[in-house]
Amino acid sequence: MVRALHGGRHFVGRLAALGFTPGAPVTIVRNNGFGPIIVTVRDTQIALGRGEARRILVLLAEGQNGVTTG
Amino acid sequence: MASPLANPSPEESSTKPAVIALAGQPNVGKSTIFNMLTGLNQHVGNWPGKTVEQKTGTCTYDGQKFTLVDLPGTYSLTANSEEERIARDYIIHERPDIVVAVVDAAILERSLYLVAELLLLPSPVVLALNMMDVAEQEGIKIEPQVLEAALGIPVVPMSAARGTGIQELIATVESLSAEEISYQPKRPVILPGHQVILEKIHALIEDSVPAPYQPAWVALKLLEGDDEMRALMQDALPEATWKQVHGLLYQHEDAILDIAGARYQWIGRMIRAAVVRPKIGQMGMTARLDNVLTHPVWGTVALLAVLGAVFWLTYTLGSPLQAWMGGLVEGLAEGVRNALSSTPPWFANLWADGIIGGAGMVVTFLPILVIFFAVLAILEDTGYMARIAYLTDQVMHTMGLHGKSFIPLLLGFGCNVPAILGTRIIETQRARLLTVLLAPLVPCTARMAVIMVLTPLFFGDKAGLVAWGLVAAALVILALLGILLHRVILKGEQVAFIMELPLYHLPNLRTIGLYVWHNTLAFLQKAGTIILGVSAVIWLLSYFPTGVATESYLTLFGHWLEPIGLWMGLPWQMVTALLTSFIAKENTIATLSILYGDFETALPAALTPSAALAFLVVQMLFIPCVATVATIKQEVGNRWTLVNLLLLLGLSLSAGVLVYQVGTLLGF
Repeated sequence: MVRALHGGRHFVGRLAALGFTPGAPVTIVRNNGFGPIIVTVRDTQIALGRGEARRILVLLAEGQNGVTTG
Repeated sequence: MASPLANPSPEESSTKPAVIALAGQPNVGKSTIFNMLTGLNQHVGNWPGKTVEQKTGTCTYDGQKFTLVDLPGTYSLTANSEEERIARDYIIHERPDIVVAVVDAAILERSLYLVAELLLLPSPVVLALNMMDVAEQEGIKIEPQVLEAALGIPVVPMSAARGTGIQELIATVESLSAEEISYQPKRPVILPGHQVILEKIHALIEDSVPAPYQPAWVALKLLEGDDEMRALMQDALPEATWKQVHGLLYQHEDAILDIAGARYQWIGRMIRAAVVRPKIGQMGMTARLDNVLTHPVWGTVALLAVLGAVFWLTYTLGSPLQAWMGGLVEGLAEGVRNALSSTPPWFANLWADGIIGGAGMVVTFLPILVIFFAVLAILEDTGYMARIAYLTDQVMHTMGLHGKSFIPLLLGFGCNVPAILGTRIIETQRARLLTVLLAPLVPCTARMAVIMVLTPLFFGDKAGLVAWGLVAAALVILALLGILLHRVILKGEQVAFIMELPLYHLPNLRTIGLYVWHNTLAFLQKAGTIILGVSAVIWLLSYFPTGVATESYLTLFGHWLEPIGLWMGLPWQMVTALLTSFIAKENTIATLSILYGDFETALPAALTPSAALAFLVVQMLFIPCVATVATIKQEVGNRWTLVNLLLLLGLSLSAGVLVYQVGTLLGF
């Protein structure tokens, strides 16, 4: 679940429009350990650079462990 | 620009065709709807003063004519990108009679976000609920009439790719523009947390907002952090008032999250009413395909297979066609030469070699261009292009480029012209410009042909190694230049990689056909005429004054430039050969054979190994052929074309001088 976004106005504005708003559930579809990751937010698959993903603060759902994004 | 007070009179609206603007997020099938409605009655150009493509067209329904304007695909209407500014400026300033908001039924929640923004603007909105078939395939069921009631605007379910719902859409647009159906949209509201602050800003700016903007909308956009509205109001407000507004905005910098959150809550209510969701755990076709296609190993294997197929197709289909058309043009040229045999020889030769030869070059580009355009359109339309960008982003990132730059640059190995035209798929303007500037450094087949002919003459059995080294050097220089330009043009600003991976779907033949048609036509009209003109002029220079190539103006020019050539150990013949490579890269060989006769034995004696390598390096990095230059000009304008040419000229010549001087110093 998205908790907060860090970054400039443009960056936050773009991500918010794509559906990354506080409270929105986010699922990691693919994370190879390098290169961009793929997440699902509001039924859409989005590829995010690792730098971008790091600026999305998430709250882990219960039953999950380990740090995923941010 | 319409003034806010101007009410179009009924007479006026009945004579002029009603204007429909098509709005929608990227990948929702907006272009397919546009193509279905307009067919070949469309015009592709650029938005005034912008490099963003503008498509307009007409369609007739029930005897009434409509003008259609395809707005750029955008996720929201905040001035984050040029496309977003164009889309909203058009709606605000030009006031289209109807806005058709296209949404993807399979990702309804996300695509309704733009609708939430469109409803705040003055033009009435019709919702085109597209991709109903894809939604069904993914197991999603939607009740359009429930959505219609919830939104308060007409909703038309459709599938443009399958051709269903198009007639219903235009019928709905017609009855809404004739005010036969009521229009009472329900608009999203801001969360209570920021309501007070929004009202404060509204009160402060209310009397100063310039027409045709509406104060409530401007206040909201200010709170969303919109740069354009900030600049607008900073100019319009007295300094003290702006300071107050600015102070409020500074305190509430995070308001955008609340505003976007409220819009999504509003959308959530619509969705809960109208959508019957799929069972949890059910896996759609896209997810199953992506298990393989975005996999780090299997995805790369699949990518290589696809790219291999593209090049195989180009060479087995394109090259023979190209050769065949080249033969036709030659035959035509001979025919013309014979027909004009009673005229002065220069006149007949100008027509046969200069004009028909130039036109022939344009024509022989066509088979490869058509194949490349079709491939680009298919990759884009199926949704696979986004996966390619995802897979290659890591590599491209090191040059400050986006994963989407990969395919255009790769096409450059075939021919630089489609590479530059292919950069249109890159959304960010600056990333696109950077890709265009770098594309000429990708060695095309014609450049490689010259290298393949000349390298064995100079380097014998080490030719393969040298040729390989030249390609590697060109690519390393491309990467280094990329890093450098990235710092200069993009000022080191990292292009954020945020890209949607759309659902896969079958390509629409009509969309692909029209894409190929328009792009090929544009190439013929713009680049084609320049190529024709320049090749005729160069031919004249190589023919006059005496009709003997070694005494021509072009040769004279080569002599003038010999001092530069000597820094690289190159005689004037080589400099002239380089100059003629501007018409077409393969001309280098033709010129050498005119100037040296049997150049295969003459060349190794005329040049030291250092000079030979210097020549090959310059040839590899030299300004591209006129066709490429004309395409660059068409895509990025005069200023950047000049920058690019000077850059490549400086780069190639200094690399040549460096190679020759260092080589000579080392005793080669």
